[in-house]
Amino acid sequence: MSTITDINTAFPIRRLIRVGLLAAVALLMSYPLLWLVSSSFKPESIIFSDAGFDLNHFTLQNYIEGWNKLGMPFGVFMLNSAFICLLAIVGNLFSCSLAAYAFARLQFPFSRTAFAIMLVTLMLPMHVTILPQYIAFQSVGAVNTVLPLVLPKFFAVDAFFIFLLVQFIRGIPRDLDQAAEMDGCNKYQIFWYIIFPVCRPALVLVAIFSFLWTWNDFFSQLIYLSSAENYTAPLALNLFIDATSGESAWGMLFAMSLITLLPLFVLFMLFQRQLAEGIATTGLKG
Amino acid sequence: METVQTSRLFFRRKPVSVDALAPSHRGEARTAFVFLLPWLLGLIFLTTLPMAGSFVLSFSHYDLLSPPQWIGLENYERLLAHDPRYLKSLEVTTTYVLVSVPLSIAMALVIAVALSQQTPTANLFRGIFYLPSLLGGSVAVGVLWRQIFGGNGLVNMMLGGLGFQTTSWIGDPRYALWILIILHIWQFGAPMVIFLAGVRQIPKEIVDASIMDGASPVQRFFRITLPLLSPLILFNLVMQTINAFQAFVPAFVISDGTGGPIDSTLFYTLYLYVEGFRNFRMGYAMAMAWVLLAIIAVFTAISFYASRFWVHYES
Repeated sequence: MSTITDINTAFPIRRLIRVGLLAAVALLMSYPLLWLVSSSFKPESIIFSDAGFDLNHFTLQNYIEGWNKLGMPFGVFMLNSAFICLLAIVGNLFSCSLAAYAFARLQFPFSRTAFAIMLVTLMLPMHVTILPQYIAFQSVGAVNTVLPLVLPKFFAVDAFFIFLLVQFIRGIPRDLDQAAEMDGCNKYQIFWYIIFPVCRPALVLVAIFSFLWTWNDFFSQLIYLSSAENYTAPLALNLFIDATSGESAWGMLFAMSLITLLPLFVLFMLFQRQLAEGIATTGLKG
Repeated sequence: METVQTSRLFFRRKPVSVDALAPSHRGEARTAFVFLLPWLLGLIFLTTLPMAGSFVLSFSHYDLLSPPQWIGLENYERLLAHDPRYLKSLEVTTTYVLVSVPLSIAMALVIAVALSQQTPTANLFRGIFYLPSLLGGSVAVGVLWRQIFGGNGLVNMMLGGLGFQTTSWIGDPRYALWILIILHIWQFGAPMVIFLAGVRQIPKEIVDASIMDGASPVQRFFRITLPLLSPLILFNLVMQTINAFQAFVPAFVISDGTGGPIDSTLFYTLYLYVEGFRNFRMGYAMAMAWVLLAIIAVFTAISFYASRFWVHYES
């Protein structure tokens, strides 16, 4: 692809400087993360004396000790998080694709108004709804369960995903729908056999971002989950800070931090291109 | 899938009128209603009714244990006139937004322009710059920042090695907020990716013509790139600001949930959390949520109004 900076190829020195500067910024930005990784394998005493990557005292002690520090294996919290994320993904895929199909393809009264309302809910801070939701869930005894965290996903509350899917479905040629209609498909069949499968790239994005946002949704998890065995990975990490305050436990803290980041790293490695393209086309927040 | 392939082959070239095929609109509306049902139920029971509830309760005193008591405008009066901690949180959050949003957008813009060429190197850099946005909202990165800018942290190890006097950056009310601002700027990757897509769509002819006319790289940046990207700048500005006003995790982790030292990192939503869920002043917290909504709405309205003077739309 040709762009503005094509001409820079004509000036190798200028180009070299640019790449050098970019590399410097990249190094500065990734230094904390690289240092986190290396420090999680260092003994406590080395962490506070080595600003670099001295791995002569390589140890797994931080991981072994940290894993059971909270009275139960850290894996419990990872599984709790994974379970909530899985349900959130299923809920979002189901509810948002249904709504998106109706907005993109079907004619119904007040469709423009409904679409506008959907867009407005995008801008709402969660804080105007989450407090009354908390009171309601508390009154039915659902606090400290996954229900308040997962149920809203089955009712298309994350309007961003509806918007993303509407945009995608509008790009699908209507010939497809019409052909299927000629073959005798009704709207439900068109949705299920044609639109849904064709939407796969967009649905992958919905799944990825559902996972990311749910994994990092600390605020909701903090207010709803109250007993340690129900804690998600970020809550457990936060508990870890309290549990180890007073003693010097940065090694363990780093090791467990890294474990909670691991799923995000993996996702990034697997779907880097999709993530970048998804953000670029829809403006989803990272 | 099979249906798609075959029917596509057979019917593709035959123009079919939509009206001839469409069942009665009434029937279609009914179908649409079925498809929209989950969203509608969510809109009513998880958005509209809770909003109405929180609006009503924002005029009450409610501690979750005894029934709410109607106290009129008292919560709002207290917010605006009698709660120095609230005003402090407003000041802290506004500073955070006003400093970190423009800086991260500027950073995103400059880096996006530098990466405009679609080469393997540029895509590698894109990945490296984007990763922090993915991780930045996590508790784990908060933990990392705590160590890096703590008394014995990474930064002080480096500064100490150079012979500087060191202090605990997150423990000093003069610096703590700036540490959070740095964390926000560290996450410039998300807006950068959006700008990058925009930069790569700038037509080559425009650029070539300007080069022929003798425009310098700086002139091209201000006369071509910036105007063509201005809709994306507006978009990033609005979205980043809305998100930054609601920032919670970094301040919570760095200050142990207190907003300290001396309330210097008392973000708006952190104070809302403390009032609602630690001090059980639900009515008060709801009033805070409504003021936050108003702030965001006013800001968004101003941004869109002001945009007509600087955002350039291609006709």
